[in-house]
Amino acid sequence: MTKRTVELELATPGLDAQGRPVRVPLAVTDTDASPTEPHLAGEHMLINIGPQHPATHGVLRLVVELDGETVVRVIPHVGYLHSGFEKLGEYRHYNQIIPLTDRTDYLSPMANNIGFALAAEKLMGIEVTPRCTVLRVIACEMSRIISHMVWLGTTAIDLGAFTPFLWAFQQRELIYNLQETWTGARLTTSVTRVGGMMADIPDDFVPGLRAFTQQFPRTLGEIDRVLTRNSVWVGRTQGVGALTAAEAINYSLSGPMLRASGVPYDLRKDQPYLNYETYDFDVVVGEHGDVYDRYLVRLEECSQSNRILEQALNRLPDGPINVDDPRLILPPKSRAMNDMEAMIYHFKQVMEGVKAPIGEAYVGIENPKGELGNYLVSDGTAKPVRWRIRPPSFINLSALPKMAEGHLLSDLIAINASVDIVMGEVDR
Amino acid sequence: MNPSVDALRATFGNAIGRALDSCGDTIVYVAREQLLAVMAWLRDTPEQAYDYLVDVTAVEYRDRERPLELVYNLRSLARRADLRVKVTLDPRGDLTVDSVVPLWRGADWLEREAFDMFGVTFRGHPDLRRILMWETYAEGYPLRKDFPLRGRFSRAEQVRQALAANPEAHYSMEELSIAEAYDELPADMKERLRRGERGTLPDFE
Repeated sequence: MTKRTVELELATPGLDAQGRPVRVPLAVTDTDASPTEPHLAGEHMLINIGPQHPATHGVLRLVVELDGETVVRVIPHVGYLHSGFEKLGEYRHYNQIIPLTDRTDYLSPMANNIGFALAAEKLMGIEVTPRCTVLRVIACEMSRIISHMVWLGTTAIDLGAFTPFLWAFQQRELIYNLQETWTGARLTTSVTRVGGMMADIPDDFVPGLRAFTQQFPRTLGEIDRVLTRNSVWVGRTQGVGALTAAEAINYSLSGPMLRASGVPYDLRKDQPYLNYETYDFDVVVGEHGDVYDRYLVRLEECSQSNRILEQALNRLPDGPINVDDPRLILPPKSRAMNDMEAMIYHFKQVMEGVKAPIGEAYVGIENPKGELGNYLVSDGTAKPVRWRIRPPSFINLSALPKMAEGHLLSDLIAINASVDIVMGEVDR
Repeated sequence: MNPSVDALRATFGNAIGRALDSCGDTIVYVAREQLLAVMAWLRDTPEQAYDYLVDVTAVEYRDRERPLELVYNLRSLARRADLRVKVTLDPRGDLTVDSVVPLWRGADWLEREAFDMFGVTFRGHPDLRRILMWETYAEGYPLRKDFPLRGRFSRAEQVRQALAANPEAHYSMEELSIAEAYDELPADMKERLRRGERGTLPDFE
């Protein structure tokens, strides 16, 4: 009988000086001269995950080269959901592009609508009304909460915790109901127009959102209590997929991915748009840049969004939601049918579209996933020459090989979940 | 106008082309040959410190006389300053430019996308492959202005090619990009590859 000793040290994995995870040592002492098992060292296995796999959060395909259970190499393959939005945009009027933006990051459609509208307004030199500005802040923060709730729920499921998923989706449902009363849609909201909003909020919206903001912290507290100090959750996320601040910057990461690595950069503070500088909120910054810190950052961002929502509801002014310019904003139906001048403006807007001056504009906004950039180039016609989306989760995902290599296969799932990808935006 | 433009002119002279302001953003044109040097200087000079690459993309204008432009959006996180650097390329000529991946790893997928969509070749890129379109895509570069909205091939041809494509071809070594790892592969897989068992790629012209 061969005598064997198996040493197993079960502990939370830490990081070594190079920032690589310390492996759990599993030493096998074999005194037998003739081993009973074939020598397996050096035999790498190639496995394929996705594109149809629930843990890849959409149609992401990962080809993984494994040495035992350790990931040697990850090759992500994207593009399965490529729809050519940027090309389509070159054949559309500016307002006709807005429905395309719904379908990029479909977990926060209203924030995408706003990102595009801000870029088009910068290009055309339009200043939106005070009520519109506050409504857009409300829409942005609602989007942040629903996006982070989806992230939290699905990531918890990936790591084996089912209950937070139900709590998170319940809260998301409450926001979705409000979103539906406002825009008529849960997913394809198309809530903005160049120079304003598609519609004003309905009468019961403000009390409804206020009721949401009052009960939302309780759910956040419950999620915090069940996950933050949970030994399984901590063991599977701490020290996993860590990136230093310098690496995060070099990989052009943005949003919670960048801040979790300790870079206090938030476009709402650093390049304020929609008067974000007048709201009182904190930029949430992590320390270690691992999966656990990304979780903490997103969880706390939800509380901060809730704070911003409360402030925005308190300051929401009365007044028009659209700029007063008949060349930009469609007249009400009654006027278009009865007033000759309004009918002509209506006709010109629908048939010719709004012409933008020659030039180009880039606007980056702090979307839930990171910096969503909209870059518009105009040659003076009603359709952009180029509409470029800077997709935050596409760029964040490109750091996946760097984060996952050297970890275990099961950690790859946790790391991939922590990136918070949405394939509609990655592939566009 | 961003003061970095004057500093660039003082350092690089003729390599810096015209600079202009559009909607409050500063745009500066840089000679293609000097791109990497200019970018490294912008990143590493303490007064500039453009340490963050926001985006890399390309623009082709409807006016066929205008050159294709490569657009680099740079940001200094510490100074909260943005700069847009452009390089012009002749769309009918040589579309090659130095890769900035040695400076910013974040440029990896962005340059692959520009290659995929516009056909710009980035010299020195570690892994320049198509990213959003598939490897065997044969219709050209979708975001070029001479590319029709519905694709170059007819619908019937697209369907024929899709049905003729061997899905196993996607597991070829070229697709997996581990061709250089061939020596480390298990013997049976080497044997299968040696036999040419990698699916037949669809025959495009």
